Amino acid sequence: MTARSAATIASVVLLAAVSGCTNFFEVPIETPLSAKMDVSAFRRVLVAGFISGGTDDVDANLETVRLLRSQLRSKSQLRVIEADVLPLAELAADKAKGTPASTTENGTVPRVAADVQAPGPTVPPPVAQLPEAKIRNAKDLEKYQSIFADVAFWKKVGEEYENPLIVTGTLLFTAQQTAGFVTRNVESVDNLGRRTVIPQRLYMERKGFALTPKFIFIDGRTGVVLHTESMHMERLYSSQQNTPALSSYFELMDEVIPTFLGTLSTQKIRGTRVLLR
Amino acid sequence: MVFRALVFARAVAFAALLAGIAQPAFADARSDAKAQVDFGIKVAQNGLWKEATYRWQKAAEIDPTYAAAWNNLGIGYEHEGKFEDARKAYEKAVALDPKNILIRQNYDLFKEINDRAKRRNDR
Repeated sequence: MTARSAATIASVVLLAAVSGCTNFFEVPIETPLSAKMDVSAFRRVLVAGFISGGTDDVDANLETVRLLRSQLRSKSQLRVIEADVLPLAELAADKAKGTPASTTENGTVPRVAADVQAPGPTVPPPVAQLPEAKIRNAKDLEKYQSIFADVAFWKKVGEEYENPLIVTGTLLFTAQQTAGFVTRNVESVDNLGRRTVIPQRLYMERKGFALTPKFIFIDGRTGVVLHTESMHMERLYSSQQNTPALSSYFELMDEVIPTFLGTLSTQKIRGTRVLLR
Repeated sequence: MVFRALVFARAVAFAALLAGIAQPAFADARSDAKAQVDFGIKVAQNGLWKEATYRWQKAAEIDPTYAAAWNNLGIGYEHEGKFEDARKAYEKAVALDPKNILIRQNYDLFKEINDRAKRRNDR
């Protein structure tokens, strides 16, 4: 009798515990992180081009324009304008010399031919491949910054493409080489087959690349800078590893793209939360 | 002496009466709130977060001491991107039930995202 009572009590306790467990429900949620910029006034976006510098192994201007356009096409509501890339470095250099940047023979903005279609309303014959100005570091880039404040120039670009949101800026893609101590997790298996991971400090020579993009968002209706986003990313490899500059560039851009897209469109962070009764 | 005993007995009876009235009222509020919370959970599990949030708002109104309602409301606001409202709801839930690990865990996860959003906007 006592044993039966004990069993009954135990089962009641267990039932209570089980029913207690159903007092919470794990649910997946998507937390929206709103865009940094309000782009509701724009229906179209023009990735105009960048003033790029650093290593000659990658044409950071053309590659970035291509990559950003493809990302915007698939991950934003804005219609991406397919147009030739602006030779901004040349235009900025002309501007520095005193020639107005926004004028060509036919009064339109000159462009560098890219592998993109150019259905723009007034497409001039593309200027022949302009020699890239030698921009090697951030100091060199500084000289070209004034073009972004040229409201008249950007307003003209905007007029040509029906007042879109203009994306431009600077890019510095440079080779890096460092030597020093690096902490690495070294895995070992003992005689009994047990796996252990021990952090070890190793002296290593490493080389790689650094990417310093500065994205500038300009209102095509007014030519005024709306927002600026600056970043710095590095990717270093063992000195024995031969990583091509282009693949390192894409690895670095993989880190840059979410921040870039987060400026223009809402990002969703997936996670789980526990609902309670 | 008899008078004193009579007064005491009356006081006890009055207290018992008050308790008798208050207890069912409190229980009613909690059970009404719980019904709203349960319905909110059901619709949230089917992806109807707006309706769920509305239900949890109701539950928190009916019984402001119901920690689960505030916790769920925090989640609902978070899902809608209303971070300030979510923070207030979670804080209320934590204050009402400080020992509840699940509420604390939800709040910590929320804070992580909220901090990230703040850093993004400050940059």
